[in-house]
Amino acid sequence: MTQRLALFTQALAVVVAAVAIAIAPGMIEIFTLMQITLFASMAVLSLSLAFIWGFGGILSFGQTAFFGLGGYAYAVAAINFQDSTQAIMLAVIVPALFSAILGYFAFYGRISDVYLGVITLTVTLILFNVINSTSGDEYRIGEAMLGGFNGIPAVPTFNMPFDPESPLSPEQSWWATAGTLLLVYLGLRALLASPFGRVIVAVRENEVRASLLGYDPRVVKLMTFILGGAIAGLAGALYVNWGAFVGPTIFSLSLSAEIIIWITVGGLGTLLGPIIGCILIEYIVAGIGSQQTLNSNLVLGSVLVFFVLLIPKGIVPTIRDIATGLLARIGRGHGDATPATMPQTAGVK
Amino acid sequence: MDIYVILLLDVINGASSLFLICLGLAIIFGMMKIINLAHGEFIMLGAYATVISANNGVNIWIAMLVVAPLFVGLVGLVIERCLIRFLYGRLVDSMLATWGLSLLIIGIVTTIFGNTIQGVPTPLGGFSIGAYRSSYYTLFLLLMAVLMMAAIYVVMRYTRLGLIARATMQNPGMANTLGVNPSTVYMGTFAAGAAVTGLAGGLLAPVSGITPVMGGAYVAKAFITVVGGGAAILSGTLSSASLFGALNQVGAYLTTPVFGEVIVFTAAIILIRLLPQGISGRFFKGNL
Amino acid sequence: MAELTPLLRTEHLTMRFGGVVANDDINFTLQEMELRCLIGPNGAGKSTFFKSLTGQQTPTSGTIAFRGLPITGRLPHEIARMGIGIKTQVPNVFNGLTVRENIWLSARRKTTSQSLSAAVRGVLDLIRLTPQADRTVATLSHGQRQWVEIGMVLAAEPHLILLDEPAAGMTDEETLLTADIIRDINLSRAIVVVEHDMAFIRLIAKTVTVFHQGRVLIEDTVDKVLADQRVRDVYLGKKVAA
Repeated sequence: MTQRLALFTQALAVVVAAVAIAIAPGMIEIFTLMQITLFASMAVLSLSLAFIWGFGGILSFGQTAFFGLGGYAYAVAAINFQDSTQAIMLAVIVPALFSAILGYFAFYGRISDVYLGVITLTVTLILFNVINSTSGDEYRIGEAMLGGFNGIPAVPTFNMPFDPESPLSPEQSWWATAGTLLLVYLGLRALLASPFGRVIVAVRENEVRASLLGYDPRVVKLMTFILGGAIAGLAGALYVNWGAFVGPTIFSLSLSAEIIIWITVGGLGTLLGPIIGCILIEYIVAGIGSQQTLNSNLVLGSVLVFFVLLIPKGIVPTIRDIATGLLARIGRGHGDATPATMPQTAGVK
Repeated sequence: MDIYVILLLDVINGASSLFLICLGLAIIFGMMKIINLAHGEFIMLGAYATVISANNGVNIWIAMLVVAPLFVGLVGLVIERCLIRFLYGRLVDSMLATWGLSLLIIGIVTTIFGNTIQGVPTPLGGFSIGAYRSSYYTLFLLLMAVLMMAAIYVVMRYTRLGLIARATMQNPGMANTLGVNPSTVYMGTFAAGAAVTGLAGGLLAPVSGITPVMGGAYVAKAFITVVGGGAAILSGTLSSASLFGALNQVGAYLTTPVFGEVIVFTAAIILIRLLPQGISGRFFKGNL
Repeated sequence: MAELTPLLRTEHLTMRFGGVVANDDINFTLQEMELRCLIGPNGAGKSTFFKSLTGQQTPTSGTIAFRGLPITGRLPHEIARMGIGIKTQVPNVFNGLTVRENIWLSARRKTTSQSLSAAVRGVLDLIRLTPQADRTVATLSHGQRQWVEIGMVLAAEPHLILLDEPAAGMTDEETLLTADIIRDINLSRAIVVVEHDMAFIRLIAKTVTVFHQGRVLIEDTVDKVLADQRVRDVYLGKKVAA
């Protein structure tokens, strides 16, 4: 009974979200629409890490590497093909391939969490340096100049699939971006409910037991990691579409930190939490950017330290726990303590 | 011919500065098994401490060798007491906390000093080999690396403190039961690691651009070197710093400095595929 | 005369950790459908032996053959897929998942989707946890978690089941039930059980192998083994002393 109710509530929430996405351009100003388009593309990036870290137990400190590769792949391909259709595909394929190579070395070497975090972070740092050093005519891929520190300006934005003559309007871009966010969210929910999704969580929960049941944890983790890389790449394409620009700061250490903060704030082991965390933090960062007294690093650093120390579970799981506790109290009519159920995030760290 | 002498000097310079940069990180990693993601900012703080005290009339050598390690060691102590000690047994959380700290320190320094400050000139002057010039400071860095190595070896091998540290590295649980207070050990470790890192920052101050984000230029190499070296502080760091330092310089000489870094990273990835516990996990098991 | 290929055979199996020899030249043979008990004092090398059999560690030297196929040094998931299931000494389950999900994860590797939920239900009944099926495993008692793990091993339908101290931490009633289940399983599968509880051994055992200091001390019927003076010395003696 309660399960049906929960399912119904969730389906209702999805319908409400879809309707909200559809009618948003008519309700708000173009500046705000642009801003929430940016947030939606970032939220897709947030989901990619929420999935591999929260459910796959894979600690990637450098999800921006795949985000940035996706962005650059999109930009280079869009300039060369003058059609965003193939460019978006490449933005997914290139980071997926890169994550496959990196993941192979990491998971088949059976390195620890700490090592993986450090290595993924290092990849990002090095990609930043590499792209930064590509100024000059010799660094070009087809028509596209990589441009080093200055990045690639005037990247063609999304057009209707296979129809380069019809670029998307800002409203259509919003629908494309927010729609992608909703689809990625639903896709991940479906995946996690599927047999393979349960195996992913099983490997996170207990790698030894999973292998003693005949599952190869290396393969499962690699698949998870590749999917995360592909989603991050897609987010990169959305991001570049938003600004029609890509530069090496897409690989910056501070963006890598921001993703981690989104998830820590929103709640590891959920999909909704990281979306909320992302939008919340990016809203704050945008606010800081428009004034001079507070430094964004100062605020982001404080937020991360504060959450790790005091709200390590993040917002969504904490609220859920409180709500569950309250419901249990109401249900019993008394204030007697009920044993807290184990949260889904158990054993991640 | 001269070019090879210079290249050799570069390799020595690369390896010894890499060793100095990594040592503090390796101490914390070897003892506590966490990577301090604020490592780059500790280097930056060391450089700032040096530059600011030197610009205010303190002798440059005292600023580098005394002020920088003392100041950053103190900062490390405060951070351990106020933050890290609440996160023992939560490896990932402690790393996240040090990451937050990294941003926080950058933010604080930027707020106080702005985006850049006046540096200090490189002491000791230079010398010529044929058509090429090099500086005595390069040789001084080598000397410092050797001195640090010797100092840590002596402390670890011949003092009570070193014995406790080695015992904790080998088996933290067992060290507890022998009456060693892990909280004190970790506090000392973190402060010592910070002080050594501060020294590295001080030594690099004369040869670096001094900005709040300067740490970012060093951490990538430092992280892969420590991961490649494994948990043994001296042998691991020494072997991987030599290997990666040499690779980096030769790679940089043959291509560009950036691709030198890429070559080092690729080598490190292959290395950990073959030796998941790092070089020391395979060849120097149980060593310092 | 062609000898029947045994289900499991180890030859000169040796495992060293630094200077410690945990398993020393073990030659062990198990026939199809056999039920074997392994006993021996703590540190005799029983769990180490199991770890080599399931690929959790690679033996220093020697060979392991499963139905004549060499499996020495293969990875745990490969060995599991060949049909060796293990319940480890410390309950080794997916604590964050429900009982049903735990069993399901194991069953789905063997069973088609039509019969999958029936298979899961069957195992849940067998391990007496149907009422708790949708509870998170972390909220169960120690004994119940042991059951979950035995259920997972069963659901994978292995040809050989290794049980490392299946009755540890169980009440007397649960222990009797465990013995019943082990005998039931043995109607269709071979089992090796490591156990300390002598009463439990008497309930289930036919042949007993005694490990001592990493070697096989004696291998015989349960009555002969328990009557053996050396076994009393090394095993029972130590147990009293401990």
